[in-house]
Amino acid sequence: MIGKFKLEIVTPNRLVLKEEDVDEFSAPGIEGYFTALPGHTPYLVLLSEGKMSYRKGKEWHYMTVLNGYAEVLPDHITVLAEKSEKADEIDIERAQEAKKRAEERIKDIQQSEVDFERARAALARAILRLDVSKNRRMN
Amino acid sequence: MAALIDLRQRIKGVKSTQKITKAMKMVAAARMRRAQSDILAARPYATHMRDMLDSLTRRVNPTNHPLLRVRGDENIELVIVTGDKGLCGSFNTNIIKQSEDFLEARKSDKKLYLNLVGRKGRDFFKKRNFNIKHEYVGIYNDLNYDYAIQIADQMIQEYTEKQLDAVYMVYNEFKSVLQQRVVVERLLPIGEIDMDSSNDDVDYIYEPTETEILEQLIPLHIRTQVWRVLLESNAAEQAARMNAMENATNNAQDIIESLTLKMNKLRQQTITTQLIEVVSGADALKG
Repeated sequence: MIGKFKLEIVTPNRLVLKEEDVDEFSAPGIEGYFTALPGHTPYLVLLSEGKMSYRKGKEWHYMTVLNGYAEVLPDHITVLAEKSEKADEIDIERAQEAKKRAEERIKDIQQSEVDFERARAALARAILRLDVSKNRRMN
Repeated sequence: MAALIDLRQRIKGVKSTQKITKAMKMVAAARMRRAQSDILAARPYATHMRDMLDSLTRRVNPTNHPLLRVRGDENIELVIVTGDKGLCGSFNTNIIKQSEDFLEARKSDKKLYLNLVGRKGRDFFKKRNFNIKHEYVGIYNDLNYDYAIQIADQMIQEYTEKQLDAVYMVYNEFKSVLQQRVVVERLLPIGEIDMDSSNDDVDYIYEPTETEILEQLIPLHIRTQVWRVLLESNAAEQAARMNAMENATNNAQDIIESLTLKMNKLRQQTITTQLIEVVSGADALKG
């Protein structure tokens, strides 16, 4: 019999997700995306900002992740992240507004490098959230 | 008669004060429950983080990391965490007293800087002659992790730039609903992370290396610590306010009771005197 994972995603504010019987897990490692299957060798990896996903049966579930690490054990995955949102929880309108604001700020040439960098990061985050929210399941 | 009316008015006044204190108690109780559940929600993250740091420091020689190494204490920053509002018993005064003791003991031979979180502490220390580096006022209304990030990153930056050699925090710990305790804690340098060698070590594949992961995690750990302090202080403040308002409500009740007693005595006395007057007047007419 093929084993399954337990998956836990924790942020400082709350337990985002606790799921049993996960078949496959994929996340943005600092050196690139990786996918883990049950029985994986113990693996500790820093995560960069991006899209995380896991498969349970035939269904894929998606969420965002920011600033954290994942601890992969053969039967258990723990993700510690400062921020993480499930696709269903994302406020699309807010993300769109943030995107617009960031785009406007980037166009403004008279700004310092720090401001530019900040706007760029905000834009990347907004795009990521919009991207993940497309995988929202309607039920 | 005038005395009677005065008493009635005072009773009325105390009663309306009592209504206010009662309402404040209810509000504080609701906020405290909320704050308590925030503490619980933050716990798994903090525990995982600590375990991971434990396991990493056991593998890597951590003494090289600047945030871990102790390098003297010439420039000290004290983060004073008070509340934004009063009416919470000795919550703020205890913190201020403790901070003053701390500063007094070190002021002769160290350079001291203050980082004030909460309006009450800010107002107190602003009027006195201290070197205030930062102040955060009004953060409890929408307490969120971003504040912790801001506060923590600021101190990490100043510490790595060697503007500071040590950072201490003084705050109220939420021990129980009835008990808050003032705690002074050193945040930076972390020094030795207490190792719990009973844990079984897992042989991980690390990406990137252990050292790099550790370097990334230490700032996250500090942020978590600051976050924990903010949550504790918030819960403690609400608990303190709840108790203070509970006491105030009880005291108001006592005052109402003693005033009512006084009023009734006075009323009876007046009636008795009036009766005597009437009776003796009638007697005089008969006579």
